[in-house]
Amino acid sequence: MHQFISQPWPWYVSGLAISAVMFLLVFFGKNFGFSSNFRHICAACGASKYSKFFDYDWRSYMWSLVFLLGTVIGGFIAGNFLTSTEAVQISEATIQDLGELGLAAPTGLQPTEIFDFNQVATLPTLVLVVLGGFLVGFGTRWAGGCTSGHAISGLSNLQLPSLIAVIGFFIGGLVTTFLLLPLIF
Amino acid sequence: MKLIKFLLVGILFGIIMAKSEAVSWYRIQEMFRFQAFHMYGIIGVAVVLGAIGTALIKKFKLKDVTGTPIKFEPKEKGWKRYLFGGTIFGLGWAMTGACPGPMFVSLGYGYWMFALAILMAILGTFFYGVVKDRLPH
Repeated sequence: MHQFISQPWPWYVSGLAISAVMFLLVFFGKNFGFSSNFRHICAACGASKYSKFFDYDWRSYMWSLVFLLGTVIGGFIAGNFLTSTEAVQISEATIQDLGELGLAAPTGLQPTEIFDFNQVATLPTLVLVVLGGFLVGFGTRWAGGCTSGHAISGLSNLQLPSLIAVIGFFIGGLVTTFLLLPLIF
Repeated sequence: MKLIKFLLVGILFGIIMAKSEAVSWYRIQEMFRFQAFHMYGIIGVAVVLGAIGTALIKKFKLKDVTGTPIKFEPKEKGWKRYLFGGTIFGLGWAMTGACPGPMFVSLGYGYWMFALAILMAILGTFFYGVVKDRLPH
């Protein structure tokens, strides 16, 4: 059993389980949207002094911050007790494309070229982690949601705004992938 | 104690995202290069089942655990914030290889660099809060 769940999970199991997570939250009287947590964290840190956007009762979203804590613990469990020795099984074509950028084939879950602490002062890490992180926080709030709130919850509820947001996600993602990454590496 | 169930659902979500490799920078690259079905399969199955479930909840007017009828709030009308904000998020998604949830999953997994990405995302949200009235919505 342990060996069975430690293998990488197929997409249909993951898709099914993500929709289960969404419906559990819905039946608990909440909704599935992760990026609002950045706003709650700002509000909890006293950001209301600088913008009315953060002036609300963030404590009523404690459930969401607890959910966030759960995801960290879930990652810890997966990374320590459910690890498979395999590298991420991405397609040959992707390995080849990334190789042309100077990235080695995967040996684990994340590329050490970007996410190893010894790389913190290198250009790729500074741009991809520092600027990338900033854009995720800025863009999700401007768009009013991320993959969970728009792509999954919003599209499930057949919301046109969510479809526009997802189109935006892809415009941005394609620009980074095909225009920015070759400049950075 | 009411919060425990959210912790458990969060743990489940974290394990799913890690074990299906949806938190991997490589998988996001593969998705944006249209070189595998994996990420489209994950999101596609979640959306199709989500749409069926959402329609059933509406049709049968189901209630949540507190007995309150479940309502799905429609998103505000408009397109600017969704297109512009969405594009900015997309730029960052392909850079970090992570949307907000997976950043925290990867941190728990042991990739400490995501603490920096999370800190920057919090700053990005803070910046949005400060300049929001000057942005088109």
